[in-house]
Amino acid sequence: MTRRKENDDRVEMMQGTLDMLILRTVLLAPAHGHTIASAIERTSKDVLQVEHGSLYPALHRLEERRLIASFWGTSENNRKAKYYRITPAGRKYLAKERGRWDQIVSAIARVLGPATE
Amino acid sequence: MGWLRYFRRRRRNEDFALEVEAHLRHEIDENIARGMNPQEAAWAAQRKFGNVTLAKETRHRMNTIGFLETVAQDLRYAARLLRLERGFFIVAVLCLALGIGANAAIFHLLDAVRLRTLPVANPQELVEVQIGPNQKCCTGNFSSRRPNFTYALWDQLRSHQQAFSNLFAWSATSFNTTTGGEVHYVEGLYTSSDFFATLGANPVLGRLYSSEDDRPACGSPGAVLGYSFWQREYGGQASAIGRKILLDAKPFEIIGVAPAGFFGVEVGRSFDVAIPLCAETLINGETAHTPERHHWWLAVIGRLKPGWTLAQARAHVQVISPALFEATLPPSYTSETAKDYLAMKLTADLAGSGVSDLRSRYQEPLSILLAIAGLVLVIACANLANLMLARAGARERELAVRLAIGASRTRLIRQMLAESLLLAAIGAACGALLAKFLSSYLVRFLTTTNSPLYVDLGMDWRIFGFTAALAVLTCLLFGLMPAIRATRANPVTLMKASGRGLTDARERFGVRRILVITQVALSLALLVGALLFVRSLHKLLTLDAGFQESGVLVTEVDHSTLKYPPPRRYELNREILRRIRALPGVEQAAATLIVPISGNRWNDEFQFVGADPSGKFLSNFSPVSEGYFRTLATPLLAGRDFNERDTPNSPKVAIVNQSFVKQFLKGANPIGKRMRTETGPGEPETFYEVVGVTKDAKYVRLSDPFSPTVFTSLDQAAQLDYGTVILSRSQVGLNAQLAAIKREMAAINPAIALNFYTLRSRIADSLLRERLMATLSGFFGFLAAALAAIGLYGVMAYIVARRRTEIGIRMALGADRASVLKLIGGECGKLLAAGLLVGVGFALAASQAITKLLYGLSPKDPLTIGLSVLLLALVALPAALIPALRAARVDPIETLRDQ
Repeated sequence: MTRRKENDDRVEMMQGTLDMLILRTVLLAPAHGHTIASAIERTSKDVLQVEHGSLYPALHRLEERRLIASFWGTSENNRKAKYYRITPAGRKYLAKERGRWDQIVSAIARVLGPATE
Repeated sequence: MGWLRYFRRRRRNEDFALEVEAHLRHEIDENIARGMNPQEAAWAAQRKFGNVTLAKETRHRMNTIGFLETVAQDLRYAARLLRLERGFFIVAVLCLALGIGANAAIFHLLDAVRLRTLPVANPQELVEVQIGPNQKCCTGNFSSRRPNFTYALWDQLRSHQQAFSNLFAWSATSFNTTTGGEVHYVEGLYTSSDFFATLGANPVLGRLYSSEDDRPACGSPGAVLGYSFWQREYGGQASAIGRKILLDAKPFEIIGVAPAGFFGVEVGRSFDVAIPLCAETLINGETAHTPERHHWWLAVIGRLKPGWTLAQARAHVQVISPALFEATLPPSYTSETAKDYLAMKLTADLAGSGVSDLRSRYQEPLSILLAIAGLVLVIACANLANLMLARAGARERELAVRLAIGASRTRLIRQMLAESLLLAAIGAACGALLAKFLSSYLVRFLTTTNSPLYVDLGMDWRIFGFTAALAVLTCLLFGLMPAIRATRANPVTLMKASGRGLTDARERFGVRRILVITQVALSLALLVGALLFVRSLHKLLTLDAGFQESGVLVTEVDHSTLKYPPPRRYELNREILRRIRALPGVEQAAATLIVPISGNRWNDEFQFVGADPSGKFLSNFSPVSEGYFRTLATPLLAGRDFNERDTPNSPKVAIVNQSFVKQFLKGANPIGKRMRTETGPGEPETFYEVVGVTKDAKYVRLSDPFSPTVFTSLDQAAQLDYGTVILSRSQVGLNAQLAAIKREMAAINPAIALNFYTLRSRIADSLLRERLMATLSGFFGFLAAALAAIGLYGVMAYIVARRRTEIGIRMALGADRASVLKLIGGECGKLLAAGLLVGVGFALAASQAITKLLYGLSPKDPLTIGLSVLLLALVALPAALIPALRAARVDPIETLRDQ
């Protein structure tokens, strides 16, 4: 019981940012899970490592909230894969979250002040 | 959304598996492209993805309603466990079912007789008017179950009262529906016109009578049928309306049918036919009650006017009382009785729950039975608790193991909860079934041919809910306690502790010891009660009633339809007796007006002639024919029986019994004594000369002590009814005897109506209450004893199991079997003795409540208590012996090796 609670906390903390990253990745074109993971890693120059196992729960949660939708398609190397695309609600949500994120980042930056060293 | 997902979760899970597989394939493809070999590529992909199963589980949890999923699992597991532990399961369900079922059934009956309000519109406005208590009420002729009013008094009350918007009078009776030969009685009601309107009943068919039908000298007005009678006798056909029904040989037109479930105002009774009050003169003719101001036969209920309270109504009827009694003074009253009559006052009481003569008779027995059933429930719950605790003790290790391998505490508690709930649900369902069966059994038990009991047998969900809740609570409490305890402890200590200890800590089963002692104590109290009732019934059945009831057939002969004048009635009654005596096989036959133990009674005041005139005595009277004592095998101790020379014109003679001689004459020889009665209003004084003495015999009830009785000669009776009652003994079988009497009576006149029963059955009916108490308390008593034995066995078996190692060591050190037997036996003896001691105390304290229902026994009867202790000890013996023997058979090597 107690162990599961800890897990949940961590996922929750990650969730907001991971959600945003996923939404941003599928904003331009639909993609399947593997592409999304590699895209995030590639674009962040491997700073952000996505644990593939926790990617899917995040995807499914987003789907449940109707921020993305899924369909089965064929991938670039001719494999069957589940594709995710963003919904209008997802776009709106991304815009909102993005604004909030920028606010937080600049606020934190102001508090920390210019780097002294 | 959530629910939908729950039902589509299998497809979604497969979907996800495919998605994961696709992901891994992509990763592997990439890895191979980076130059790994396929095996390495697969491992790397796997590593990168992480725990696939965990992801799948997380995913599964998202798609399911966790609680539902695990509850189904828990229930399945619980059902499997219960199937495995069949003994435990059966005993537990039996405990629950009996506890719940018995309570629900008995409460149901008690509620029907005592508490429930009438199923009519606004019952709280109904008020019964009757003569106030603590007054010398009343003198005259009483008939019906509720003789509160004379017709004259009712008539006055109706026209003078202002408190009630509606008021009605009624009288219960029975009507014969045949025209001669063997009678067929239906339950009848005389009611005044407002009966149905006041109670708000609407006809299912035709119409209900109203004031136009009920007016003086109405002749033959319409009759209203009770719903179930209409269903039974007329097949529920609408064509019943307009047909004629014969009531005491008078035709009545059927005008309507009362609604289903409508039984009037008398609880526990129903009616088949209701006719207006005015028809009473037609039915009873010459002996009608209506014109007589000293015939009490009506009861009155009214509906309060809006705004009137009970107190106001009571004050009102009190204020108008003097005028009412003044206007209705019976002309035949002596000045003394008239004074009492004029001083009477009416009073009013709420009647929303109806009226009933069953109430006074059965309220106390049923309350006691409910208390007994309640105790059985307590014992059953204690037993259940004990069983659950024993089981949990055995499962402590299992729980510890499950905790150790990662089960969560709540999950384990929920598992135990599921087991308890499943058990409770099955038990409650069986209890409901049992309640239904038991209450219909009770109603059948209390129904006699003479007075059918009518009780709505619908299930009472309130009491069922209450008892079921209690039992379920017990289940939960004791099912959960061990789970909570086990899960709170450190699994390691628990696993170490179970089975490892040499002896077991005493306080660990302190609760269980107390439970067993309680069980033994309570069941002893119940056994004492049961034995008291059984022995009291046995005493009543075997007492010397002063007569031999077996083999006596009672024939009630009614020739009222012939309308003979008195001299011819006299002749006819003698002719009837003569003919029955002449039948082949008939050994003895005699006539009487009052069958012993029928509940009928005639008592009167008399004085001895020549003695102190102020010496008034009260004695029972019974007019009988010659041969009465021979027929009932009551010995004549002195003097003579009545004979042919005792005629209406000869001096009147009487035979008295021993109690009479003892109480009124202090043992002096009564023969030749003369006595004088001041019988009834308007009747002349009568003189009797005592000519004989008989042995004492019971008169009204078997449980009454012998009382002084004066037998007078039926041939010399001043008034003769349209009928007679013949007692006869015959060598031929009952059916042949019945047929012969029917033939013989039809030969005299086919219009003669006959009713048969045996004296034995009538006496059995009179002991109904005693038999009810003996049967049910006996059943519960032995049930309780059995439960206590099971409880004791459970604890002893548990103790032996826990102390196996200790016993093994003792034996290894040289203890022999006898000393082990003594060790365990002593343990058991201590529990039993403590229980019995507490039980005796409890029984002594509680048995006071049943004093009134006992015959010839003190509630503290030492023999009964001793017997109960012995009986319980006997039942408990195997419960103690089996575990003790098991302990003695312990193989020391094996137990020690176990360690």
